[in-house]
Amino acid sequence: MTLTHYLILSFILFGIGVAGVLVRRNVIVVLMSLELIFNSVNISLAAFSYYLQSLNGTVFVILSITVAAAEVAIGLAILVAVYRTRKAVNVDELDEMKG
Amino acid sequence: MPIETLNVNLLSILPMALVAILALSMLVLDFFLKKGDKGAIGYLSIIGLLIVLPIASNAIEGAPAFGGMVIADAFSAFFNCIFILAAVFALYLSVDYLKRINSETGEYYYIVLFAVAGMMVMSSANDLIALYVGIELMALSFYVLTAFRVRDTKSSEGGLKYFVLGALSSGILLYGISFTYGFSGTTNISDIARLAGGAGANNTFMLLGVVLTAAGFAFKIAAFPFHVWAPDAYEGAPTPVTALISIGSKAASFAVFLRVFIVAFPAFQSHWWKLLWALSAATMLYGSVVAIPQKNIIRMLAYSSIAHAGVILIGIVALNGAGAAGVMYYLLVYAFMNMGAFAIVMYLGRVRGNGEYVSDYAGMSSRHPVIAFLMALFLLSLAGIPPTGGFMAKFFILSAAIKARYYWLAAIGVVSTAISLFFYARVVFYMYMKDAEGDSPAPAGRPALAYDVVIYITAAMTMLLGLYPAPFMEIAIKAVEPLIR
Repeated sequence: MTLTHYLILSFILFGIGVAGVLVRRNVIVVLMSLELIFNSVNISLAAFSYYLQSLNGTVFVILSITVAAAEVAIGLAILVAVYRTRKAVNVDELDEMKG
Repeated sequence: MPIETLNVNLLSILPMALVAILALSMLVLDFFLKKGDKGAIGYLSIIGLLIVLPIASNAIEGAPAFGGMVIADAFSAFFNCIFILAAVFALYLSVDYLKRINSETGEYYYIVLFAVAGMMVMSSANDLIALYVGIELMALSFYVLTAFRVRDTKSSEGGLKYFVLGALSSGILLYGISFTYGFSGTTNISDIARLAGGAGANNTFMLLGVVLTAAGFAFKIAAFPFHVWAPDAYEGAPTPVTALISIGSKAASFAVFLRVFIVAFPAFQSHWWKLLWALSAATMLYGSVVAIPQKNIIRMLAYSSIAHAGVILIGIVALNGAGAAGVMYYLLVYAFMNMGAFAIVMYLGRVRGNGEYVSDYAGMSSRHPVIAFLMALFLLSLAGIPPTGGFMAKFFILSAAIKARYYWLAAIGVVSTAISLFFYARVVFYMYMKDAEGDSPAPAGRPALAYDVVIYITAAMTMLLGLYPAPFMEIAIKAVEPLIR
């Protein structure tokens, strides 16, 4: 396994994540895709950190995982608030504001 | 890392540490207050922020502290003042606003304080790690605040849209940061230029890093085509939060934008100027054209803030001292004029129960002559009409662009300003030329003192910055001097 392998893996996961956020209609799947994006970046950071023999990237991965956890907690909380008022978890149905 | 190079200088993180401590102590205080007394947290937060203001405005010159993580220079001090002033105004208006929407809670106030702490981390971040943590602290607080009116469908919808797109932009920014780190081998902003400059100018990874970082920042400043979250989040959020997002979040994002692109990426300027040029031109034109048909004044101000982001971007494209100082001056003026306009929208909501739509402003000059006059002042300042602050701000930015020989960009800036006059003047036209149709709704009582204080202070500052810009511009020029090499 070389650095390139890890970067290709990270790129594929990032692509799947972005496609998921843009294409999928269910907000829960969108949240999962966001996690995929963060994890793809973590792979790339960890790989760079290993091949550069520098610890900054590893520190960054730990902080990024922490932030991603906080992020998904807030995302789910907002989603619950949306579901309570609308009984909907689909992006298509969230169209009250337009223009 | 030996302890000497670590440079533990607590003074350099004092302002943000104080704001964070203030937020945490308000969190504890919240448990001891009864349901009706939560406004006290708001007032205590304001007093706390006003105490931090002189400390934050005092720049400590010197080396970056904490192993190069943070730097407390005049640049960050200037932005910290903008954040604190915006937060003080927003909190002051919030106390009455929360009473009106019947959701007086303590957490609102300290989440605002956490957002301010995040912005301050962003403005003084000298390392991409600290920068990312600051961005997330601010953004996570704003996601919560946007969705704060949980029973309101618009608020939670706006919050969810803001959250999904904000998280996507963080992911893109992080991916860009990872490439930058991968090529330069460091996350320190001042070291990136040294390690990646020259040799890296044509490296694919490094360029990917620069482009993705720019895209991440463009999301945060709501530049076209990354602006889609802005109008919905602005409309859904509680109005004081909208004002704070449009001022604080934008100023903080421009602070990191400036620092990263001027300090870390100047070697790649030949590549990124085209990107930012196109971004800036498209943002200016799109924002001012789409604002024209808006009926809701908050959506109109949202598109106007997108157009302003485009104009401010000119200052970064110019990449000279005058441009960067112009960006800072613009954001200072923008803080006052935009806050004033939002305060008047809130004031009308308080005294008349409307004010959300442009048609609500019909005949305002006869019912509220002073408020109508000040609204006209804020709107003309936003449009960039002399002798207001908005004119001076646009003047500095456009003259920096001309100095850097970006004539076409400056021309597009002038054209977008002319287009934007159309929708700002429409509100003024409604206020002065049209009579109110039908019965005006009954006044909902005397408004709180907060509205008057905020409206008059912001109006005075908008005029002062237009008539007497020299001392503020000098501070801004001194602040960017160490960054531009």
